Amino acid sequence: MLIDWFTVGAQVINFLILVWLMKRFLYQPILHAIDVREKLIATELADADAQKAEARQERDEFQHKNEVFDQQRAALLSKATDDAAAERQRLLAEARQAADALRARRQEALRSEEQTLHQALSHQVQQEVFAIARKTLSDLAGVSLEERMGEVFTRRLRALNGPAKAGLADALATASQPALVRSAFDLPADQRAAIQQALNETFSAEIAVRFATAPDLVGGIELSANGQKLAWSIADYLVSLEAGVDELLRQGTGDGNEATPNGT
Amino acid sequence: MRLTPDEIIFWQYGFLKLNATIVFTWAIMIALSVGAMLITRTLSTELQRSRWQNLLEIVVTSIVKQIEDVGLSQPQKYLGFLGTLFLFVAAASLCTIIPGYEPPTGSLSTTTALALCVFVAVPFFGIAEQGLRAYLKSYLEPTFIMLPFNIISEISRTLALAVRLFGNMMSGAMIIAILLTITPLVFPIIMTSLGLLTGMVQAYIFSILAGVYIAAATRVNKPKREEETQA
Repeated sequence: MLIDWFTVGAQVINFLILVWLMKRFLYQPILHAIDVREKLIATELADADAQKAEARQERDEFQHKNEVFDQQRAALLSKATDDAAAERQRLLAEARQAADALRARRQEALRSEEQTLHQALSHQVQQEVFAIARKTLSDLAGVSLEERMGEVFTRRLRALNGPAKAGLADALATASQPALVRSAFDLPADQRAAIQQALNETFSAEIAVRFATAPDLVGGIELSANGQKLAWSIADYLVSLEAGVDELLRQGTGDGNEATPNGT
Repeated sequence: MRLTPDEIIFWQYGFLKLNATIVFTWAIMIALSVGAMLITRTLSTELQRSRWQNLLEIVVTSIVKQIEDVGLSQPQKYLGFLGTLFLFVAAASLCTIIPGYEPPTGSLSTTTALALCVFVAVPFFGIAEQGLRAYLKSYLEPTFIMLPFNIISEISRTLALAVRLFGNMMSGAMIIAILLTITPLVFPIIMTSLGLLTGMVQAYIFSILAGVYIAAATRVNKPKREEETQA
């Protein structure tokens, strides 16, 4: 008999015990360990997902901040550029103003120098002319210059004619005050008498005359009555000479002014 | 000529006896249990784990996968029974490389015991899954005429389970014993390795067939139920 029924029963019991043992010591611990590990992995994956999401959020935030920063920087840069351009314009304008002021001052200085030169020149010329005339007159005539002046004035007075004489005659006739005879020096009495006589003869009337001294005439005699004037003086010659010299100087300065901007 | 290890009797007292089948079964039980205990005592739930734990996890998850493939949707429920069937039969076959060892599965008493366990487990799981009435009704499917045939089928397949395993294991042991007497040493080694393969295949067939029977018993009326719920 191949089947021993006692053994069959014993083996059934053995097998059931083995089932229990295997459940207790093999399947349950192993499955439990697998479950725990799967949970752990799931948790870690979830954590990783959460971290990834957080990182993505932070990256977005960072990008946004970067964009804002770029915009701000661009705005600041643009503002700074504008400010710099404005400042440049302002500085240029200031410099231009300063340059203009400097040029004006220089022109003023030049003008002042020119004026001083004029004065010095005219004074010098006057002195020279005066000295030359004095020397010449004294050499030629042997009389004093003042006498010659009186003679010259008297001659011119007598030589007066035409509209000039008529105008002066009207002025003398209508004048409420005496005619004024100004001279650079005190005229001697005989000269005054000669002038008075010449006036009386020229205008055929008794002319009231008042004599006065005017050093600005430099040298010469001037008759003025009610706005009309008859004069001979070195000052007149000097004025014409001065006009000539002025013209010359102006031409010279004009050349200088044209040359100056090229130099600066 | 000895056909079964039942014949090796170490101790006997009347009906009670201690033969090689029982002793080797105990040895396998102790080896499996102590091995499992030793390995699972220091189980790691972290990502790093020992090689032995990896081995056991591969074994257990493979069994679970096979049970699932058979068609049992809750493999954990059947893992204890089907897994132990496979492990016991496989261990009994593997140990044939040990000299002096007699596989307990080479005893018809053992295979009968295992087949009887399957014979009981099938209705047990069937009733637990779908209730007594529904399970018993499955014997009347498709008509009540099929009742005797269904019962005969139950018994015959249990008998087939027992005899198939016994025949394979016994024949393996017999062939090696015969070859040892007539051929040099090398040839029985080849046959022993072939026997190992046969033993593993038998362990697989035995547990898969048990799983198929249980699956058939637990879901025999399921399509009909679904129709009812839809109606």
